[in-house]
Amino acid sequence: MAAKAFDEMNSGTTGSVRAPYRGVADWLARTSPERVAATRHEVDLFYRRHGITFGAYGAADGHEATIPFDIIPRVIAWDEWEYLHKGLVQRVKALNAFLVDAYGPREICRAGVIPETQILMNAEFVAMAQDLALPGGVHAHIAGIDLVRVGEKDFYVLEDNVRTPSGVSYVLENREVMMRLAPELFSAMQVLPVADYSEELLATLRSVSFSDDVEPTVVLLTPGHFNSAYFEHAFLADEMGIDLCEGSDLFVDEGRVYMRTPRGPQRVDVIYRRVDDAFLDPLAMRPDSFLGVAGLLGALRAGRVNIVNALGNGVADDKSTYTYVPEMIRFYLGEEPILQNVPTWRCDRPDEFKYVLEHLAELVVKEVHGSGGKGMLVGPTSSKAEIETFAAFIRARPDNYIAQPTLALSTCPTFAGQGVAPRHVDLRPFVLSGRKVTIIPGGLTRVALKEGSLVVNSSQGGGTKDTWVLAP
Amino acid sequence: MLSSTAKNLYWMGRYLQRAKSTARLIEATQRMALQSRGEEAAGVAAIFGMEDEFRQTQQQGGRLASLIDFLVLDESNPSSIVSSITAARSNAREERNNITVDVWESLNGLWLDLSSRLRGDRVLLDRGALIESVKKQAVMIFGAAQVTLLRDEAYNFLQLGAFLERGDNTARILDVKFHLLRPDGNPHTDKPDYFAWSEVLACIGAVRTYRRIYRSALDPVKVAELMMLRRDVPRSVHHCLWMVDLSMRELADTYGTKGEADRLAGELHARMRYARVDQIFDIGLAKFLGGVRDDIATLSDEIGRQFLLD
Repeated sequence: MAAKAFDEMNSGTTGSVRAPYRGVADWLARTSPERVAATRHEVDLFYRRHGITFGAYGAADGHEATIPFDIIPRVIAWDEWEYLHKGLVQRVKALNAFLVDAYGPREICRAGVIPETQILMNAEFVAMAQDLALPGGVHAHIAGIDLVRVGEKDFYVLEDNVRTPSGVSYVLENREVMMRLAPELFSAMQVLPVADYSEELLATLRSVSFSDDVEPTVVLLTPGHFNSAYFEHAFLADEMGIDLCEGSDLFVDEGRVYMRTPRGPQRVDVIYRRVDDAFLDPLAMRPDSFLGVAGLLGALRAGRVNIVNALGNGVADDKSTYTYVPEMIRFYLGEEPILQNVPTWRCDRPDEFKYVLEHLAELVVKEVHGSGGKGMLVGPTSSKAEIETFAAFIRARPDNYIAQPTLALSTCPTFAGQGVAPRHVDLRPFVLSGRKVTIIPGGLTRVALKEGSLVVNSSQGGGTKDTWVLAP
Repeated sequence: MLSSTAKNLYWMGRYLQRAKSTARLIEATQRMALQSRGEEAAGVAAIFGMEDEFRQTQQQGGRLASLIDFLVLDESNPSSIVSSITAARSNAREERNNITVDVWESLNGLWLDLSSRLRGDRVLLDRGALIESVKKQAVMIFGAAQVTLLRDEAYNFLQLGAFLERGDNTARILDVKFHLLRPDGNPHTDKPDYFAWSEVLACIGAVRTYRRIYRSALDPVKVAELMMLRRDVPRSVHHCLWMVDLSMRELADTYGTKGEADRLAGELHARMRYARVDQIFDIGLAKFLGGVRDDIATLSDEIGRQFLLD
């Protein structure tokens, strides 16, 4: 597996160093292991001091872990980025067009491209989100599109995240760390900056207010400090200079949303929520939610407050809808998809179901609504018993699973144990859609730190790298 | 209290603040240099008003790394961080009996830390860690002064020195950076360079403060307003001159006399308090800031004359 993978540094023609990585290769050759070890210790201190921690689910003792950061950057050449950028803009435009359609006329179903059951029977479908004219026709304001690379020119979209994608704070903090720890490497290469993300995010949020105010009030709604991504919520609110609210800080009166302040109620126009759909409004969704705001959906439907990302976006990013995205691009934009999907078998189709069960040892099987690298089977690295147990799950609920070939994700040089070794990586760029579409260069590179592992999720022992897009 | 004590505390405040401002400025400049390919070194030298000295000291001419060493480590440069902290420490040492143990120990601790870092091999010296340590420990020293010093004359001279220096630093940074970014003096532009303007704010550690106040995209006029006129921004020129005026009033109450320094401090404070940013740009930012900086220098002279510091 690992032997076949495309290495982003060393897979140049005849095994030479690829051009974008020359600066990194030189730096690695010049830098002593002691220096690197000292640097890694500094990184951990930096993250702890800044409180950049991540409470992985299951850590009941409240232990604050840091996501391991690898100091060797992942480098993307300008022409590669240009290509990805175009493909990402196209894909997110189509996803937004689909969401408008799915919660509106559903023309794509009438045209026979996507069966209506795919939308209406979807567990993530939110009936209350139908027939809303959202500002700018945008539902997926912040999209994290997970990409993998398997060859010099071969990138695939692994999945779309258009609910509440997280991780962008690591993009910004990883850059700070790199500038602090490896200035010599930085100055040897021309790296495009990423620090304007928060400015672009605030502009995006403001541009989708229902009101005509020049400076609409935006707040960030967090489930609270027990949430594993709380650091990111506080970080983004601070960077944008907006208030970080919990449900109890907001209330609805006469169809408008207000926050409680010492000066009295202050009207809120846009809510960047990091609370899941089901918990947003106890009157409309789960009645036992303490994280939401009673009456919020009424205010949304009355066009008094916009909620970002929109409700019910899960119909566009689950792993079974994923298979239709190329068709969406053709249907809504009349274009051929620039970025390719990974070939996917849907277990709810009898012939594909049969194929999957016969080839489990070679495939990766995922739950349709799964996330965080849980509830999946990586055939080639699983035992016979594990495969058989999983096969039983699939037989019980075929519609809950999809399968994909085990991709040889590209590798990047990474510090492992005593030295540098190739480890598998993916990439999550963050696409902002308001009145215009903006993408900061690069995104979050996640790296599987275990040798041979293909699972990059932070909850499964993955780490991150700084991602460098080189200037043209 | 002796005039010599007043003088030592005044200069201790100035030198310590100078080291702190320089540390912050270098950090911001380095970040900027890593993110863009701009010729940052010349701009930094200009802020310190030492383009010529810099060129003379450095044969290779204008590389950022050598400029940083000149500003941080060079003992022949009286404004370098090392020289400033050595001077502040020597002021404090002479006034051991007039400052608290907390202030002395934190300042002496910074000096010892610096000395031990400088004893090693200069090639291996981690400049970033040194600058960070100076920044952090300077905050602790000023914090110790805030919580432990008796509010007497000595305290007011320390405050005078620190805030005059800080106000002058902010005015100088804004003056030089604005000129570099908008040579024609016109602050209005369609698409301000986000990275350049955020770096200007970073020089006084106010990027997030800006967002908190304005909640909008970076705009050169607002950046200038924040750095000059916002009384609630602790490094703005207005805030610093307000604090200077306050200390002058306290001293006038203590001594029962007033002089030219009191008049000038009051006038500078009033100028910052009642100025409007649009009018400043009508006059010309460089001209306005030049006037303020000249008067800060005159005020420093007058303080020396009035309180027999010289």
